[in-house]
Amino acid sequence: MTPHNGRSEQLSQQYAAVIHPSWRSRLAPLTIVAIGFLYLVYLFFYFDFANIGDRWRTDRAQIFALDSYAYKVHVETKWRDISKLKVALEGSRWETYKTLPSWIDQQADGSSIIDMGDFGVINLTKDRIEMNWAEPAKPIIIERNTDGTLKVLEGRPLPSWMRISKSKIDIRPDLFARVQITGNKVLIHRFFYGWEYFWFDFDSPLAGYSFGQTIDFIFDEQRQDPARSNLDFVGHEIWTNSLWLHKDVYVALMQTIFMAVMGTVMAAVLGLPLAFMAAYNVTPFASVRFGLRRLFDALRGIDMLIWSLIFIRAFGMGPFSGLLAIGVTDTGTLGKLMSEAIENTDKKQIEGVQSTGADKMQQHRFGILPQILPLFISQTLYYLESNTRGAVIIGAMGAGGIGLQFLGALRTGTDWENVAYISIVVLITVMLMDMLSSRLRRALIK
Amino acid sequence: MPVATPAHLARIETELHRQSRLRTIYSALGIGVLIVFMVFGFNSADEANAGSFSDGITRLFDFPAEIIRLSFEAGWSWFGLLWHYFPFLLETIHMAMLATFIGFVGAVVISLLASSNLITNKLFVSTMRRLMDFMRAFPELVLAMVLLFLMGKSAVPALIAVAFHTIGALGKLFSEANENADMRPVEGLKATGAGWLQQIRFGIIPQVLPNYLSYGLLRLEINVRASTILGFVGAGGIGEQLTANIQWTYGADVTAIFVLLISTIIALDYISRWVRGRLIGTGSMVGA
Repeated sequence: MTPHNGRSEQLSQQYAAVIHPSWRSRLAPLTIVAIGFLYLVYLFFYFDFANIGDRWRTDRAQIFALDSYAYKVHVETKWRDISKLKVALEGSRWETYKTLPSWIDQQADGSSIIDMGDFGVINLTKDRIEMNWAEPAKPIIIERNTDGTLKVLEGRPLPSWMRISKSKIDIRPDLFARVQITGNKVLIHRFFYGWEYFWFDFDSPLAGYSFGQTIDFIFDEQRQDPARSNLDFVGHEIWTNSLWLHKDVYVALMQTIFMAVMGTVMAAVLGLPLAFMAAYNVTPFASVRFGLRRLFDALRGIDMLIWSLIFIRAFGMGPFSGLLAIGVTDTGTLGKLMSEAIENTDKKQIEGVQSTGADKMQQHRFGILPQILPLFISQTLYYLESNTRGAVIIGAMGAGGIGLQFLGALRTGTDWENVAYISIVVLITVMLMDMLSSRLRRALIK
Repeated sequence: MPVATPAHLARIETELHRQSRLRTIYSALGIGVLIVFMVFGFNSADEANAGSFSDGITRLFDFPAEIIRLSFEAGWSWFGLLWHYFPFLLETIHMAMLATFIGFVGAVVISLLASSNLITNKLFVSTMRRLMDFMRAFPELVLAMVLLFLMGKSAVPALIAVAFHTIGALGKLFSEANENADMRPVEGLKATGAGWLQQIRFGIIPQVLPNYLSYGLLRLEINVRASTILGFVGAGGIGEQLTANIQWTYGADVTAIFVLLISTIIALDYISRWVRGRLIGTGSMVGA
């Protein structure tokens, strides 16, 4: 037996429990993992993940995705009189173009040539529509019989993106172009990239102005509105945009930020004194401490959401109810946290201040406060960030602000571009608040 | 220079007085601004609100009083309501559990990729961090509502939304834990020729696992609340029951749900504190 072997034997004896663990200690982690795994399997069936594909609405997802970065222009006409073309943004009654856009060329005899961009050209004549799509090269011609039925004259074999039913022919060569023909009308959708009328809405005199044109307009001597300067006019037009509702969105955003900031300030202002009163090294009365402790538990145990429901019942919908809900919940959390921090402060500093002859108030001010201030500031700033997100959520539940705007846009079921816009605004705001609070934290606590 | 010293000290003293006066003025100004901000803010919020504060304060306890009165009227059948709503509470807890689990696994992966001491490519690390910021910033509700529209009303969209947010939130905490980990075990493993995954598995994970689990438990508690809230917009569970009953002021049902919810939150709070205490306790023993 070499000394080396003796050493390894010694080690194996010393660490017998590590090298050869008992069955119990080997089985325990395995049992936990097995139970966890069984639970996951149970949840898999509980939430019916196997059939998740059936519930997924591809059509809706496509509309949502397309609508959030593109807009469509409807061209609608009746077979009865094809010279009457109705061209409207998203088919809206309020956003109908008075003059035809440049991609529609109407002839003297009432027929028209509609340019579909990269996808092809549509020739619309009396009782006949001819579509020259980029692919396939052959034109597709559809005629309308006198009895109102439709007939595909040319274009066979039909491409897969053309669907014919008893009353309707639906042609969609691309996501960005669609033609629907029925017995009495023709509806053409042409899609364009971008957020149309983001700056100036449809009814604005500046609608469709480019950036350069707007700059020119601002420096133009001629005033659009005699009452105000052109710069003011541009600002006013953007602010009162009726399609994108910039005014409503940003006023609501301000309300949300306000709710978060005021709620946090309220929690800080109420929470710190209450925390002092609930700490045993400050307050000698056990009953006061006990009462405050239970108060903190109640304030924080009842969720922010439930508080907001109670306050909305009492004060009605609006940011005030929201800020109270945030303030009350965080008073509980901050109070509990800070009172524990106060109890954990170093006694030496307080005694040092006491030895100079300071009274109780001064001892707390100079002995305790400097010790807990960094934690207090960093917690409050952390709440500021999480409350911004919270304010969006309780806003949607009825407290108002951007959350409610978002819910409104979503409930229309059509304004997906607005949903996307508000989501982006919310996301940027929360990220900015996050950055701001961590910057402040770093600057204040070195 | 003994002669110059008194003048020097006097200058310091006047400067000290001047600075402390300045500080007092600044503090007073700060408090003044805060008070003006609060008063002005409360007033403007009060105006924007549907009902005013002075009217509402008298009615503040009307609603709680009303539902408590209705619960007493319900008598013994109130306990039956607890039993009736228990399955909905379980659904919410299941949602939170699965979302936390998915979020936890995702966060472990993304946090390892976002730790500058484990990945040398700085650009990659900062990209991963931005990705986590993005996931964290998305309010669950916004994502959940879009997904609810796309996937129909069920718990799954809400679950995905909560898990998505959890990945970002936990990922940030985990990556901080990773970066604070002792790198010597990793170096030791590297010396034995261990691969990257082996270095992580045997060098980092044993150090940070207690932290991971304790953050995960904390998150579970938050996610129970979040899942409840998402029930309000149609994700099912106890939240959905709560909205319906609150709207119709079915007092007994509302209090039964409140009691279930609050006791769950308090129970989770205690359980997670107990487990965390044990985890961090053993964790520190391993470190010592």
